[in-house]
Amino acid sequence: MSVAERTLIGAPVDRLEGREKVTGAAKYAYEYEAANVVHVVGVAATVPSGRVVRVDAESALKLPGVVAVLWHATAPRLAGDTDPELAIMQSDRVSYRGQWIAAVAAETYAAASAAGRALRIDYEEAEHDSVLTADHPALYTPETVNPGFPSETSQGDVDAALAQADVVVDETYRTPTEHNNAMEPHATLAVWDGDDTLTVYDSNQGVRPVRQALASAFSLDPENVRVISPHVGGGFGSKGTPRPNVILAAMAAKVVGRPAKVAVTRQQMFSVTGYRTPTIQRVRLGATRDGRLTAIAHDVVEQTSMLKEFAEQTAVVTRMLYAAPNRRTSHKLARLNVPTPSWMRAPGECPGAYALESAMDELARALDIDPIELRIRNEPELDPESGNRFSTRNLVGCLREGAERFGWKEPPSRDGRWLVGTGVAASTYPARRQPSQAIARADADGSFTIGIAAADIGTGARTVIAQIAADTLEVELERVHVELGDSRLPPAMIAGGSMGTSSWGAAVVKACRGLRPRLGGELPVEVFADTEEDAGGVEREPVSSHGFGAQFVEVGVDSDTGEVRVSRVLGVFACGRIMNAKTARSQFIGGITMGLGMALLEETLLDGRFGAFVNHDLAGYHVAVNADVPAIEVHWLDEFDEHVNPMGAKGIGEIGIVGTAAAVANAIHDATGIRVRELPITPAKLASLI
Amino acid sequence: MPTADVTLVVNGARAALTLDTRTTLLDALREHLGLTGSKKGCDHGQCGACTVLLDGRRVNSCLVLAVACEDAEVTTIEGLARNGELHPLQQSFIEHDAFQCGYCTPGQICSALGMLDELRAEGAPVDEHTVRDRMSGNICRCGAYVNIVPAILGVSS
Repeated sequence: MSVAERTLIGAPVDRLEGREKVTGAAKYAYEYEAANVVHVVGVAATVPSGRVVRVDAESALKLPGVVAVLWHATAPRLAGDTDPELAIMQSDRVSYRGQWIAAVAAETYAAASAAGRALRIDYEEAEHDSVLTADHPALYTPETVNPGFPSETSQGDVDAALAQADVVVDETYRTPTEHNNAMEPHATLAVWDGDDTLTVYDSNQGVRPVRQALASAFSLDPENVRVISPHVGGGFGSKGTPRPNVILAAMAAKVVGRPAKVAVTRQQMFSVTGYRTPTIQRVRLGATRDGRLTAIAHDVVEQTSMLKEFAEQTAVVTRMLYAAPNRRTSHKLARLNVPTPSWMRAPGECPGAYALESAMDELARALDIDPIELRIRNEPELDPESGNRFSTRNLVGCLREGAERFGWKEPPSRDGRWLVGTGVAASTYPARRQPSQAIARADADGSFTIGIAAADIGTGARTVIAQIAADTLEVELERVHVELGDSRLPPAMIAGGSMGTSSWGAAVVKACRGLRPRLGGELPVEVFADTEEDAGGVEREPVSSHGFGAQFVEVGVDSDTGEVRVSRVLGVFACGRIMNAKTARSQFIGGITMGLGMALLEETLLDGRFGAFVNHDLAGYHVAVNADVPAIEVHWLDEFDEHVNPMGAKGIGEIGIVGTAAAVANAIHDATGIRVRELPITPAKLASLI
Repeated sequence: MPTADVTLVVNGARAALTLDTRTTLLDALREHLGLTGSKKGCDHGQCGACTVLLDGRRVNSCLVLAVACEDAEVTTIEGLARNGELHPLQQSFIEHDAFQCGYCTPGQICSALGMLDELRAEGAPVDEHTVRDRMSGNICRCGAYVNIVPAILGVSS
């Protein structure tokens, strides 16, 4: 039975924590207080490879306010199986510049920071290699790509089909290193109670993985570790996995015997909180004269670190977006002296779609077929690789609705210096869910409380969970309270992979359905629910579940300077049932906005001589600001996908960014005739060619 | 550590502090006065999350030394609501969903307040273009700009 009959779900409800956020009352991790706290800074390696020979702790300890200095010779040992990015100061090895190899604890942040800067460290430097190239000698094929997909897939004979195709597109697209740059830097306050009980206030996308990492690293009973994170200032993937600040805070607090606070600086975020790998992507499309794809191949080169493997699933989008009898995808990695890449909004789909959707536009041009028509002609009936039915697939609907609303297609034009053009790209993102648990309680005063260790990183989770609960219980929204962001609550999926609402909502619906028949009895009463045993929504047959969308973009390109101004964006999405029209619209717009930055601005530059990210702050790494972002319009198609969860919803946190960069690149090509195959599309790349 | 005495007037209340002379206005507010509504997003004047009004002008409080603010009037996000009633800008931000994670929000709101005063003083138009331009020192990584602009325009009219 669905809960579609009620109407709170979908309503444009204001964020429940809105008042706290606009008054400054919402507390983020660093803002929690503990008596007698020490401030701790991580000290970054200034060489990209080698050994730490000596740290002059003695001199640092003489500086005003300094309480302790830690390095591998003095830091407590963590459990041997600690994640290599979290195993700070456990060996003398330096794997990348910026790695935390020492730490200073002091009475104030200023004192710790000053002492950290003054800390003398002797290294034995080794050869390093930090630069990814298409033919890097160290390239290898990982066993799987994030989060467990095969590295390579192949069907039919791509080479033969390309040889016989009427038209072939064979191009290489590059995306740079990009950094998540959530507004709230990662931070942790750690408080020990004795040797075996630990409480941390931390900024993360999931309290459970943080609890697990701490329990495991410090050999504690997980029940004795509590992680509290009610408000989180964004993450975009960078807070989906525990980061070294969590370990450092707990370690320093243990050593000093006082509560300890660690604030990762904006500069340090570029090294120790993950990033999107640069990619080099070769896409080959073969097609008949009438625009039917006969072959599609997507081969990706990307990087990981010396410490551990993270393999972005860049080509997965090509496995399911279009029909073609002959198809192949592959991923190759080079291990370099760089930090380990990680999740950044739509890892895989986002850079992959930039390449694929640029190539589709190139094919449309080569065939002289409208790019929307080309996509419609290659719409698969079944998931091309698995042969599964799609649970719901409304890509064509999004393209058609978008074309109608956007006014597709005006021919390119010129307005004084400005060359004006339009572009379109398709988007998709998997719709999945993970087991979660929740508790629903009814109190005698008529109120209800939902408890779930979910995270609200700005998605509106708190609000949407309340809406789902209120509808399932058939009560007013005002009577429902939501508790989240605390590891003492029932364990739940992290806010990641666009799976939060899907996973949490299913558990909340189950708990509330269990509670309803017991409301006539004695109060308070509470019901616990676990979705571990429940797969998806309905499971009559294996299905492929994905959200779909299409971005339409209008740009003006200054013919003198090459400056690109985006003047109009429309996104149309088909992502199952929308839970909250207000917060969903914001999330789609937010994804598109980040995509505009990706298209035109964002790029972390690495100086290969030093293995260093050189523009590691917000003055050097440009994200979209207010003046960069025009009116963005968003619409969605009515959809109810019964396969993923009882709400009929698919995830929406990531799909907004997926096709945006390609749509911008395609619009720039439309305006200028210039195809830039390397993001970001800066004036420098355009000016000389116009 | 050299220290100095300074008296700030924060949200109408006088506060006498003895501070390490390196202390920024932002840290004075957050670490010494418990006013954590002003946020630290970069500590380098690059993100705008720490924006407060200093004698009526918007500033990045992470770039101002607290000891240079003797007797200055500082208005932070905590000082905008009156007797529990939200400032119209705060209300408008909620209604327009002009934030997601909320971390840049206090800075956005203080910046908007300062900007509207600037425009009034200049006799300049309060329109979409101007607001986008003049709010570009306040980064919102969640990408709420499309809602921030109407939230501000909704109050100015």
